[in-house]
Amino acid sequence: MKETIIYFFTDSVAFKVLIGITIISATSGIVGTFSFLRKKTLVGDAIAHSLFPGICLGFIFSGTKDPFYLMSGALITGWLSVWLIDVLTAKSKLSSDTSIAFVSTFFFAIGSVLLSFISSSTNGNQSGLKDFLFGKAATMSNEDINVFVFLSLIILLIVILFFKYFQLISFNKEFAKSIGIKVNLIEFLLSTITVLTVAIGIQSVGVVLTSALLIAPAATARYWTNNLPKMLFYSALIGVLSGVLGVFISSTKENMPTGPWIVFILFFFTLMTLLFSSNRGWFSMVRKQRINRKKMAEENVLKVFYQLAELGIKNVTYSEFLNKRQMDTKELTNTIASLIKKGFINNDFQFFKLSEKGEVEAARIVRFHRLWELYLTKRLNFKEDHIHGTAETIEHLITPEIEKELLKELKFPKSDPHNKIIPY
Amino acid sequence: MELNDFLTLLTAITIAVSCSLLGCFLVLRKTVMVGDAISHSVLPGIAIAYLLSSSFNSVFMLIGAAIFGVFTTLIIDFFHKKLKLQEDASIGITFTWLFAIGIIIITLFTNSNTDLDQDCVLFGELSSTFLDKIIVGEYLIGTRSFWMIFPVFLIILVFILFGYKGLSIISFNEDYAKSLGINVGFINLIFMSLVSVTTVMSFESVGAILVVGLLVIPPATAYLITNKLKRMLIYSCLLAITSCIIGFYLSILIDVTASSIIIVVSGAMFLFAFFIINIKKMLNI
Amino acid sequence: MENSSIEVHNLSVSYQNVPVLWDIDFSLPKGQIVGIIGPNGSGKSTLLKAIMGLIPLASGNVKVLNKNLSLVRDQLAYVPQRETVDWNFPASVEDVVLMGRYKKGNLFRRLTKIDKVIAQESIEKVKLEKYRDRQISQLSGGQQQRVFIARALAQGASIYIMDEPFVGVDMATEKTILDLLIQMKEDGKTIIIVHHDIQTVSNYFDYIVMLNTRLIAHGPTNEVLTEENLQATYGGQLNIISKIQSIIKEKEFPLREKGFEDK
Repeated sequence: MKETIIYFFTDSVAFKVLIGITIISATSGIVGTFSFLRKKTLVGDAIAHSLFPGICLGFIFSGTKDPFYLMSGALITGWLSVWLIDVLTAKSKLSSDTSIAFVSTFFFAIGSVLLSFISSSTNGNQSGLKDFLFGKAATMSNEDINVFVFLSLIILLIVILFFKYFQLISFNKEFAKSIGIKVNLIEFLLSTITVLTVAIGIQSVGVVLTSALLIAPAATARYWTNNLPKMLFYSALIGVLSGVLGVFISSTKENMPTGPWIVFILFFFTLMTLLFSSNRGWFSMVRKQRINRKKMAEENVLKVFYQLAELGIKNVTYSEFLNKRQMDTKELTNTIASLIKKGFINNDFQFFKLSEKGEVEAARIVRFHRLWELYLTKRLNFKEDHIHGTAETIEHLITPEIEKELLKELKFPKSDPHNKIIPY
Repeated sequence: MELNDFLTLLTAITIAVSCSLLGCFLVLRKTVMVGDAISHSVLPGIAIAYLLSSSFNSVFMLIGAAIFGVFTTLIIDFFHKKLKLQEDASIGITFTWLFAIGIIIITLFTNSNTDLDQDCVLFGELSSTFLDKIIVGEYLIGTRSFWMIFPVFLIILVFILFGYKGLSIISFNEDYAKSLGINVGFINLIFMSLVSVTTVMSFESVGAILVVGLLVIPPATAYLITNKLKRMLIYSCLLAITSCIIGFYLSILIDVTASSIIIVVSGAMFLFAFFIINIKKMLNI
Repeated sequence: MENSSIEVHNLSVSYQNVPVLWDIDFSLPKGQIVGIIGPNGSGKSTLLKAIMGLIPLASGNVKVLNKNLSLVRDQLAYVPQRETVDWNFPASVEDVVLMGRYKKGNLFRRLTKIDKVIAQESIEKVKLEKYRDRQISQLSGGQQQRVFIARALAQGASIYIMDEPFVGVDMATEKTILDLLIQMKEDGKTIIIVHHDIQTVSNYFDYIVMLNTRLIAHGPTNEVLTEENLQATYGGQLNIISKIQSIIKEKEFPLREKGFEDK
């Protein structure tokens, strides 16, 4: 590993690759964020396919593989594809996904016809063109890097200058229109920078995988923050990290493709974030649900202890408990153990008893339950035989603030609808 | 017509018609991009099957394909519904990831002189399918590519003939179909499996990207020119057959990849229909 | 209720963890025109979908004609909102109405002559016989709505569940639909309609359900349609309820405790 790192910083070719990938990934991350927020990421996929014929045309017209000509060709067909998608969707009954798929395969097919035309008419020097299909991260030239740097700077400049407008349009197009912003112009700018970004993106990962550079970093960053400038930063960061890691991994073995590894790592980042993100992730949701279940079980047990105490049973056995309320025995023993640990319940031989602290806590839960039942019958006209079910849940999530409001609205009631005393 | 040309064209037409029939329902249900995703995501399945059997053995391929095709729709659903990622992004990251894995497997485990290379992945090799003939006794019974797609074609035909009502009602109004007690999930599963099996069986001939063209373009054209579902299905098959014939002869004439030029012809027909319809609309007003 | 068409018991539904329907409990009479009213986002359409078994329930159950839905599914006909489908779909009026004759059992068989006759009768009932072969995208909003109703009629059910059938239709269609509903009622059918126009409620419905996430009131229109109930339905969500809703969403709380139902 150490040798690999040293290799990248001492070998000028490898270092160049690293710089190239960093620029491409950061730019894609930033521009992709706007595509993501406008829910137009798949247009990026169509653009990537549509650049292919442009690159071939650039080659046919100029006869060289000069990046300037190839890029100009790419820019033209890229723009054309965005325009065509809009026209097809607006002027026919086709849905946008059909238009996108049509444009991307049609343009790509034209490109591959042009490519086979080129290869049959010239001898061999078209080989560089195929690099655009799968990316050529490992063989970037100085010239390529200069083009990347130049284009990235233009893109960044546009993003900085028009940030406010891009933000507004990504957030609410209708509103932007209503306050007199030239939405068409801004959208044209956005498509332009997207085309430019994809044009440099396909050189690192190729036609099919470029959309991943646009989508994955933005999708990941969306789960990290709600703030757009921060989201742009994170998205660029994730892009760069995956780009660099991809380059390292693919350099460990000969003939290993760089683009697919970058995409693989990007996907890994996205998946991990979606699963483990602290506020919106899948596992945090599952964890919250588990905590809730435990909390409910504990509060239910305390409540039953309180109800039994009301009936005069202060020292409770398991069987007495289970007579009062059905509960899974394993869950019951676990919950009681946890309550003992928290000091809410004291254990004396086979008897269990609420501690002083436990009595206060149990009274609180019973109070919530009975207050809520009263609220349902008084305010929401629920029938008495239907209130218990909701109250069973709601009692666990009433906060002190809501309790205060309930008390105020119900004017500190003494008893619940079943004429049971509300403890304070 | 030369025998080899006839065999190649027959394969192309069978593939194109199979794709068009399924594509009609993708277009109507606005799930074209899911079809697109499936056609890319089957690559790891193909690569693994190829490694295991070290040739395009159809049984392994079928199993690998069906698994990865259905897997793709499951992951997209999981990202979209469970992890609450927006739908376009769920589709985008899923198919690029699987495609990337496929490429990694291909470059890592195959050597340079195998049939499965990166070019084949993108374009397919329709024009060389006639090389692999199946000969029983003294009789030539077709190419292997043809016999890979033909059974799938028959299954699709039967599925659409008998499942026509189910497919049409689900495509038009899924909630209503559910309210009639129709097993929507089951029909969807079969449909998506057929899409993945078809893309795999056509893979060798037309590649992962161009197969999407066959799924989308003829049905989209037919959708523009008719208002009747049955006609849409028939027209899209006719359009597919026409583009295959024109494209194939063009490919011989100007010496370019057959599969690409078929898509270009078919796309040109689409744009022609689109312009005629819009000009007609303008003249009426 | 002995003679109920639909009985909803303790029904709760949540969408992305936000409670959309909360402990709904009512039963509807047979042979009447029932209106379900409430403001936007009050869960009216969700309630219909829950009754039709199209969405998962967080708690509770639904009985149709005192039986489970799966046993009496052919007694229910559903008319979805007009905007939920793409009317560019390549089909004629007759094609769509014939869909009402599709069933689990005949999905792989051809439709019979009888099916076609029933479809034709249904088209006549909504007065669209002139448009039988017309493409559905070439119809007006009102005509499209009538196609949907004809499709439901072709099912030959006894209970009809309609989601906003009066939205975006012209006066003539509104009259046609209304006459048809009254005719259906005289034939002993039950009709349940989600409706949002308060002005016409007392003219259209015999019985109403007033909804705003929770059930506000239900009963014969002249008894239930009071100023007080309208205020409760349309006067915004109660402060405490909306606070609890947001806690449920944030903390991923279940709407109901597992295994705990009212007895």
